[in-house]
Parts: sequence; C-alpha cells; structure tokens
Amino acid sequence: MNPSRRTFLKLTGLSLLGLSARPAWDALAGNEKTKFVKGPEALKGKRWAMVVEMAKCREGCRDCLDACHRVHNVPDFKNSKDEIKWIWKEPMKAVFPEQEHPYLGEPLKERPVMVLCNHCDNPPCVRVCPTQATFKRREDGIVMMDYHRCIGCRFCVAGCPYGARSMNFRDPRPFIKEVNPEFPTRTKGVVEKCNFCVERLAQGLLPACVEACKEKALIFGDLENPQSKIREVVQSRFTLRRKPELGTSPQVYYIL
Amino acid sequence: MLEKALIGSKKYWIWLFFLLVVLLVGAANYLRQLDYGLGITGMSRDVTWALYIAQFTFLVGVAASAVMLVLPYYLHNYKAFGRITILGEFLAVASVVMCLTFIIVDLGQPARAFNVIIYPTPSSILFWDMIVLNGYLLLNIAIGWTVLDSERKEIAPPKWVKILIYVSIPWAISIHTVTAFIYAGLPGRSFWLTAIMAPRFLASAFASGPALLILLCFILRRFTRFDAGKEPIQALAKIVTYAVIISIFFVLMELFTAFYSQIPEHMKHFTYLFVGLEGHRGLVPWMWASVILAFGAVILLINPKTRENEGLLALACGAVFVSLWIEKGLGLVVTGFIPSPLDKITEYTPTGPEVAITLGVWALGFLILTVLYKIAISVKEEVEN
Repeated sequence: MNPSRRTFLKLTGLSLLGLSARPAWDALAGNEKTKFVKGPEALKGKRWAMVVEMAKCREGCRDCLDACHRVHNVPDFKNSKDEIKWIWKEPMKAVFPEQEHPYLGEPLKERPVMVLCNHCDNPPCVRVCPTQATFKRREDGIVMMDYHRCIGCRFCVAGCPYGARSMNFRDPRPFIKEVNPEFPTRTKGVVEKCNFCVERLAQGLLPACVEACKEKALIFGDLENPQSKIREVVQSRFTLRRKPELGTSPQVYYIL
Repeated sequence: MLEKALIGSKKYWIWLFFLLVVLLVGAANYLRQLDYGLGITGMSRDVTWALYIAQFTFLVGVAASAVMLVLPYYLHNYKAFGRITILGEFLAVASVVMCLTFIIVDLGQPARAFNVIIYPTPSSILFWDMIVLNGYLLLNIAIGWTVLDSERKEIAPPKWVKILIYVSIPWAISIHTVTAFIYAGLPGRSFWLTAIMAPRFLASAFASGPALLILLCFILRRFTRFDAGKEPIQALAKIVTYAVIISIFFVLMELFTAFYSQIPEHMKHFTYLFVGLEGHRGLVPWMWASVILAFGAVILLINPKTRENEGLLALACGAVFVSLWIEKGLGLVVTGFIPSPLDKITEYTPTGPEVAITLGVWALGFLILTVLYKIAISVKEEVEN
C-alpha cells in the first residue's frame, strides 16, 4: 500500500468516527430529549374527542380560533389561496350539507359552525400518506403530523373529506404575527392541521381552543373513560358528526 | 449505440437545441419555484393538485400504450408491428421519465422524495405507483435497448428479454390501474370515487398513446428514411378507433350514474365541468372542445375511407390526442377539487412559471424521445444498408 493511500484511508476512518461522535455524546449525556415529553402531569386518555355545542357559541366571537392560531404559529396570509387554517368557521349548510332543506331559514343556513380536524378513528389521510408523516397515535387516537418527514405531495389533502388540511404554499414565517417559541414554526412545502394540542395535553393542559372558550361551547375529553363529561354528553344528547357515512368515524361531535 | 445520437442533420440539431432552450426556461422557473414554494403556481388551499399531477396522469396513459404494439407482436405474432415495437417502447421510456419528473416537480419538499423509500408504506397508493412506474421504466429501457442491440448485430435477441417482455405486458396495465387508484379510493372526492376509473384510464390510454405513435410515424417518414409502412399504421388506427369509442362510452356511463341517480355529490362536479356551477365556468369551453374533437375523430376513424386517407388519419389522431389531453391533463384532476369538501368553488388557472415548468418537462421528454428515436432509426438504416 502506498503512503498516500494509507493516509487517505486513515483520514476517512477518522472522519467517519467524527461523524458518529455527536450522536454518541448526545446519547451518553442524555441530550436526546424530545420537546414534548409527557410529564407526570400529562392528561391521559384512550380516545380523545371533542363536542361542539353550537347553541352556546357566541356569534362574532373568535376566541378559540385566535387562541389556537396564536399558540401554534399559524400564519395569516390574508388571502384564501395560501391560507392555513387549524380551526375556523363555516356556514352550517356547508358543514352539514345533507341537513339542508328549502324551508331552513337563512340565518340557520348561514350560521357559522366551528370546524377542525376530526381526528378520525379510521383516517383516510393516514392511509394515503406515502411516508407515514401523518399517523394516528395508537395510545389515544390523535392524528398527528411529522413536519420533518412530510414530502409535500398533498395526497392527504385530497384524501381528507373535511377540508381540514392546509398546505404551506410558501414560507409561513414572515406571516406569523408573534412567534410562540414553545411551538415549532413550519417550513414551506409541508402540510399541516389541528393536532388536538398534543403538546398541551402532555403538560396537563386542555386544548387551547377549549380553554379560550368562555361560553364553554367546546367539551374535550376521553370517550373511552365512562366517567368523563364528554362520554356523558355524547351518551345522553343527540349529536351529529360530519359525513359519518364515509366510514371515517370522525371524533368531533356537534350539538346544533 | 449512443454514438448514433451524436451524428445528425442540421434539422436534428436545431430541434434538439430548441428543446434544450424550452427545458432550460422550465428549469430556471423551477429554481424560482424551489425558492418561493408551490405558491408560485395557480394551486390553492382548495385546489391542491393541478397541471403537474394532471400531466403525470395523462402521460402514464401514453406510456402504457406501448403494450398495444408489444402484445400483438409478441403474443399473437402479428409481424407488421415488428418494425415499430421499438418506437412504442422508447415512447414509454420518454413518457415515464416525464411522469416521474412531474411528480418531483409537484412535491413541496422534493429533497425529501426518498422518504417514500426510507419509510415504505404499502397502504399508500403513491408507494405502489413509485414501484410500478420505476419498474416499467427499467423494463422498457432494458427491453428496447437489448432488442435494438441484437437487431444491430443481426442476431436473435437473448432469451431473458422474452421473459421481460412478457412481464412488461401486465406491468403496462398495472401502471395505469395503480395511477387510477390514487384517485378512485378517496372517500370524500365523489368525482373520482368510481370503480370505472381504472378501465376509463386504460381506454383513454390506448387511444391517446397509439394516436401519438401514428403521428410520430408520419413525422419520422417525413424527416427520415424510416417508413413504418401502411399496414401497422392502419392496424394502430383501428386500435385508436376502438379505444376512443370505449373511452367515450365510459364517460357516458359516468354521466348516466350521476344524473339518473340525481345524487348531488355526484352531479355537481360534472355540472361544473360541462355547464359551469354558480357562474363558474372555467373549464366549460375546454370540455366542449374535447367533446367535439372526440366525436369528430370518431367520425373520421370509423369510416374506412377517411381512416385510410393518411392526411385525415393524422387529423383524427391529433384530435384524439388533444381531446384526451383536455379530459385527463386538464379536466379530471382539477374538477375533483371543485367544489371543495366544504362546498366552496375555487377555480384554478395555471400561472406563467407553472406553464413554463410544465413545458420544460415536456421538452425533456421530447429530448429523450428524439435521441432514442434517432438511435433506433440509425440502427435500422445501418442494418438495411
């Protein structure tokens, strides 16, 4: 072996060793912490769900919407083309088109209803994602996103029958009014949506929208827990879900 | 054999140079898209797939059509196609390259494209589409190249190629079936939620692909010494005739189901497409152009006298190609999103950069096609001399 080749091999070996140093150091030093580790205070559930009680929802109020978009660094592009939405209002006739009839009064037809990701029990978005960047958390049924894995193919957007998903058609960061350092901002070219506030549940907090609603129109809880308030409401009151006939088993229930 | 592509007439080089310019303009616009994001296109929150994905869908059909030459030649020993199967295979290569490029161009995060391989997800149709498209590309490169090489050496092609050829026949059906499944399995998009989607894709593919092949044969005869001959062209013309009629028939089936059942979810997309919805009629003139071209082509193709007239045949093939390009490459994808799941109508118009990128990808495909055809024709000329 000639000397230059030996030096080359040595250098290559050293470089490879160098590459592995950081992960090894991190593992030894216990640096490998994720941002939203569940502490002892975390809320635990087996099937998180939400009830939206429209009678309590005050017209013109934007508290839940603003709270959500503020804590999650949702940009405001001020145009419907690039728009990102996690929770927003839609007229009732669009949310429950199958319930519309010619004698339904205009005010009811146009009545704004809060919509968000339904965290379906059988989510088509998860089924179609080619990289598992969107997935259903086994322990509690939340449909989540990995913004670092998403390739931006938008198959999930086509797959979602509720229009709950938004694509970052451009860099969202300049359009965030005030960045919340506690939650990651997104990059252009990935899809995002409501995450049922996984990061807050891990800290023992209710979702931001639920907390922000002074009228208590939003009920959040564990449907699998027979003692929970949401279970009692869903059991005793007539609720509607959006497009249940599609077999997605949406987990946002409406009392109109 | 690659060296054959390096010797050509002045016209050949001017054509390549022209394609290269279009390709570079597209590439420059793609750099802008990489910088700004997909917002540079006409796509929006409601219409999230458009021109790029539609081109991909249309070109999968063109690629699959090679089987219309391979099947009669290899399974039924239809000798007349022997001279031109290579044209079908190389057309498939160029088309699949365009398909794959259109998918990459459509990704929000193209640098992460390999995540599809790093995290393989069999539940996703896109995962399977990646497999069948890449497989079909490799099959056609291997088959086309080996058979041409044997032709040059004037020996029989090696036996293993025969196996690949037999595999490529169902494989061609698979690329279109899997691509149709991308659309046909989505619960909330009633426009696409139809079991006839894959058969529809196949019918239109077997019309648009062979129509393009006929046109390419005419172009080759005009600019080179290669003449495909009357018989294979007439046989292809019959395939186009049947396929375009079946394709129209399938669309009529869709219309019957939607409008006889009167289910609003199924009617509104077709209403948007053909007459417009609530004053939005962006695609209406296009769709009627497609209808007129398709029926005009059928009239020319069905009558043996007009079909055998090569000028009219070229006209009919052009009409079939444009008609189906409008139907697949424009109408099918965008209309699935109009109206949106929340009943909102957001129309779509492509932007300048988007059109430039699209033309750039087409130029890339034609560049590959030109070089491959140049090689194939040169080899054939060499053997004949």
